[in-house]
Amino acid sequence: MRRYIVGRLLLMIPTLIGVAILTFVIMRAVPGDIVALRYAGSSVPQSVIDQERHILGLDKPMWAQFVDWMTSISRLDLGQSLWTGHSVIDEVQVRVPLSIELAVLATLFAVALAIPLGVVAAVRQDTWIDYAIRVFSIGGLAMPSFWIGIMMVLVTLTLWGWAPPVVFTPLFDDPIANLAGLILPAIAVGYRYSAVSMRMTRSTVLEVLREDYVRTARAKGLRESLVVVRHALRNALLPVVTVVSLEFAFLIGGLVVTEQVFNLNGIGKLLVDAVAHRDYPLIQALVLLLAAVFVIVNFVVDMIYVVLDPRIRYA
Amino acid sequence: MTPAEPRAVSGRATSAEEIAKRRYLESTGRRRFMHFWADFIRRRPLGTAGAVLIIVMLLAAAFANVVAPYDPTAINFPDLLKPPSPEHLLGADNFGRDVFSRVIFGSRTALLVGFSASLIGCTLGLVLGVASAYLGGRTDQIIQRLMDVLLSFPLIVIAIAVVAALGTGEDKIANVIAAITVPIVPRVARVVRSSALSIVQMPYIEATRSVGSGAIRIMFRHIVPNVLAPYLIMLTAFLGQAILLEASLSFLGLGVFEPTASWGLMLRGAGMQFLEQAPWLAIAPGVAISMAVFGFNLFGDSLRDALDPRLRTG
Amino acid sequence: MVLAACTQTAKPPTTTVSPSAAGGEKPVAGGTLTFIVNAEPPSFDGHRETTFALLHPIAPHYSLLYKFDPNDLTKVIPDVAAEQPAVSADKMTVTIKLRQDVKFHDGTGMTSEDVKATYDKIIFPPTGVLSPRAGAYAVVSAVNAPDKYTVEFKLKYPSASFLTNLASPWNFIYSAAKLKADIRFYEKNIMGTGPFMYDGNTKGQDWKGKKNPDYFGKDKDGTKLPYLDAYKALIITDANAGVTAIRSKQAMIEFRGFTPSQRDDLSRSLPNDLAIQEAPWICVNYVVPNTTKKPFDDPRVRRALTLAVDRWAGGEALSKTTIVKDVGGLMRPKGPFAMNDTDLVKIAGFGKDAKANKDAAKKLLADAGVPTLSFKFLNRNIQTPYEPVAVYLIDQWKQVGITATHDVKETSAYQADLRAGTFEVALDFNCDFLDEPDLQLAKFGSASKAGKGLNFAYYDDTKLDGLIDAQSRETDPAKRVKLVGDIERYAMDEMAYQYPVLWWYRIIPYLNTVRGWKIGSNHYTNQDLTTVWLAKK
Repeated sequence: MRRYIVGRLLLMIPTLIGVAILTFVIMRAVPGDIVALRYAGSSVPQSVIDQERHILGLDKPMWAQFVDWMTSISRLDLGQSLWTGHSVIDEVQVRVPLSIELAVLATLFAVALAIPLGVVAAVRQDTWIDYAIRVFSIGGLAMPSFWIGIMMVLVTLTLWGWAPPVVFTPLFDDPIANLAGLILPAIAVGYRYSAVSMRMTRSTVLEVLREDYVRTARAKGLRESLVVVRHALRNALLPVVTVVSLEFAFLIGGLVVTEQVFNLNGIGKLLVDAVAHRDYPLIQALVLLLAAVFVIVNFVVDMIYVVLDPRIRYA
Repeated sequence: MTPAEPRAVSGRATSAEEIAKRRYLESTGRRRFMHFWADFIRRRPLGTAGAVLIIVMLLAAAFANVVAPYDPTAINFPDLLKPPSPEHLLGADNFGRDVFSRVIFGSRTALLVGFSASLIGCTLGLVLGVASAYLGGRTDQIIQRLMDVLLSFPLIVIAIAVVAALGTGEDKIANVIAAITVPIVPRVARVVRSSALSIVQMPYIEATRSVGSGAIRIMFRHIVPNVLAPYLIMLTAFLGQAILLEASLSFLGLGVFEPTASWGLMLRGAGMQFLEQAPWLAIAPGVAISMAVFGFNLFGDSLRDALDPRLRTG
Repeated sequence: MVLAACTQTAKPPTTTVSPSAAGGEKPVAGGTLTFIVNAEPPSFDGHRETTFALLHPIAPHYSLLYKFDPNDLTKVIPDVAAEQPAVSADKMTVTIKLRQDVKFHDGTGMTSEDVKATYDKIIFPPTGVLSPRAGAYAVVSAVNAPDKYTVEFKLKYPSASFLTNLASPWNFIYSAAKLKADIRFYEKNIMGTGPFMYDGNTKGQDWKGKKNPDYFGKDKDGTKLPYLDAYKALIITDANAGVTAIRSKQAMIEFRGFTPSQRDDLSRSLPNDLAIQEAPWICVNYVVPNTTKKPFDDPRVRRALTLAVDRWAGGEALSKTTIVKDVGGLMRPKGPFAMNDTDLVKIAGFGKDAKANKDAAKKLLADAGVPTLSFKFLNRNIQTPYEPVAVYLIDQWKQVGITATHDVKETSAYQADLRAGTFEVALDFNCDFLDEPDLQLAKFGSASKAGKGLNFAYYDDTKLDGLIDAQSRETDPAKRVKLVGDIERYAMDEMAYQYPVLWWYRIIPYLNTVRGWKIGSNHYTNQDLTTVWLAKK
């Protein structure tokens, strides 16, 4: 078991290196130059552009740039944004709290919606309640989340004249303002993710409800609700936890469009802007960050599996 | 749906369900097929509704020229932003183009992108997943790592890279399809791999191998048919997701471009800008996307229920 | 003669009457102005950047040598200069006396050393320092500081535009001491002489400024400026979010421009709280055929492309939904150098008989041997107004048998294509802060010489270069207008090199508590907020 854990931890490294190389190569293969972009529409002589590119280190051969970047990473120096000149870490850390909070809120909303609905749908399988819940949940998968977001803002504006605050307030400064700004996007994103979790909950509960030990509990004369909650749900939760955690990992990367619509100053928007600017160090750092989150969450989920289900042991 | 070999069932093969299933397997292929669908329609109203939605969409796309009253790209300034009326069933956009016609033609783009991306992505994922499971060892690990790398890549970066790298192709749609295919492959590969793993470990596979069958033959004749169920389910699921991804990419300005009629593009353009003045511009494509994805998901959902013996009621 | 170039006798941009423009109200001190900027400034150095996203939040921290009069945006008035410049008899030396009461925010006094250091950086940037507008000052041979409060510019030849160029909104006056310690100090720091001091910023989110108690400026009644206590710039990139911000009164104004539909949405939802100012904009889109690619080396094909477009109908229709409106030549319509309509309609593509024009276009194409011309039309992926303009153009071309495929790329890739010259026909753009032929004609110089990096039609034409140079040296305004007219006829009609589609139109809806800000024809000047005040409700 220990060997498995160590093995998994070690395996994260080649994955992350793979991501790093792929990002590096892709972004440099794509046409577009940050210096030319900066001076679009003005008569900057080519010599000046070349000079600036030299200062930024963009005229070195690709492998040299890659080596430079890897060595600076090993010193935990993520470099400077080519666009603003500030350190990449500065740029990222301002925006991380918002994205994390949004992801957490969305997941909480999704889980609060998915688990009760999934259980009810399973218990009342093939009744109209089941159908209604399934249709409702598929709605979350079917409607584009940015469209839901836009519609929500439109509704709150026209009905109550209220719009979420455009400026983000950190949670501990003013919790109300903070939540007011994030509640609508959290719902828009969370609705979507509740769909996947709801279906998972429903199918695992259905499965578990057919198990022998549930039949035994029923035969013992236990109330149905107790049967469901105490016996079925606990065992059904494992795959649900898996799905929820995996979706969380995807969430962070998938916040891009939502942040655009609600004008949230988060990592998704930063990534879009960085790619548009061809701001290589920033892009590379962000993609690595997102990949690292993903890989780590995956690992944690697998470990949770082990803890929750003693039958599972990895060779 | 019609496994080539009898599925290796677990030890508890005596319940009524299992017996009934064996009887199914014994009847002829064609009747099995018809029975399956008759049963499906009878017992799964949601899935049937989904199937109906899909068929409507397919027909609209196929006969768009006939169904749509106007040319979707015909600019007609006098009709600027007209609300829904008998002349324009869903109103007109900021160029006076008929929204209803654009929605009909948009189904072509949606289906083209959805089918292509889903088919290519799922098939690639299927191949990779089966190969990974069967070949095992080092190959498995390498493929796994590659899939992890792809999975953890944000779609936006992939999209821009693909769109820019494929350059000025004649058909921008190919870029969008390529960009959407990439995230699908690792997700399918993962699921297929875990399905295939359980089959790979079955004794009859070992037996076939010892008889001398080649790896490819085993993979295609024995393993692939048994993972077809999850494959088909994911095909329908990702069809819907592909349509949504196209909408998102168009929304970000990385998808197809004007004056092509595409639901995502309609949402981004006129839909967003004239939200209050002309809400039908945002509602129509949004509903179209939702209905399409709805249809595919409902159908895929019920298909999964139908194919999974453990979830049958009664 | 030279002073005449400063005080342009042009018609001011038309505005709708609004409380702030109508005089008679007494400004009230106090309050914080919140406004929207839809991008973040890349660095903080005005000499180095070219985006309005820098000017809107940062210009209030700095002063210029001269600036445009907030009350009459066509006039240039002194800022840190003490009076209008004195020009020598041979017109090759310009002497400027400076104010003696200007202080930097760190308390040090401003002298001619600071102005010299500033302009040396702009005109003669040392290695490693980027100055994209240095070329506009090519006429300057040296900048001297003969005494503590006098600055002298030595010119190589008399120039019609030099004095208004001194009012360029980018030429922030920097401290010589700071520049000496670190020439790149101002890329990440703020230390100016302007009406507002730096009060912090959150990346990607906002920018704050607070009143400078030692500011030298006073209004005509002698009241100390600025009126405002502070300002806050909110960074909101999404257009809809911007409208929502104003609608929910979280922001008061945005200094770039909204679309007509956004203005109408706001009017509807804030019937009593909204004011609107509108003005023509010195921004335009050009259709640029790449003369290095066949068949665009044939002037007949190029002329067919422009003849096919009915600009008058397009302007009328598109002005209802997006930010374009007026039909004009190479200079802003109804501006000081604009061609009058009677002459304009004689130029190919600007006539009013759409059918005749389209027939002529078809004939030209047939003559050139490409009756069913087909090409890729390169464009940026920006919605306003690039996308609707392109959709209109493609439709117009379709009506004469041309199949143009819309090839939209995100800005970086679009730039790369333009600079590499790999496109066939592109939609280019230009925005300037001044109605000045030197600026607007910069794209028309020969691609291998004066127009390098700007002329994406990639032609070389010595005759055109000569015409442009002649108007640059012509100091008589009336003669200059005539020369510009000749250039327009040559470049747009005879040779049909590149031609504008429609000129943009600026619409600014804002909360009517904001007073003292007057809209101009560009979104770069008049952003130091000295005269802005907030009325009490």
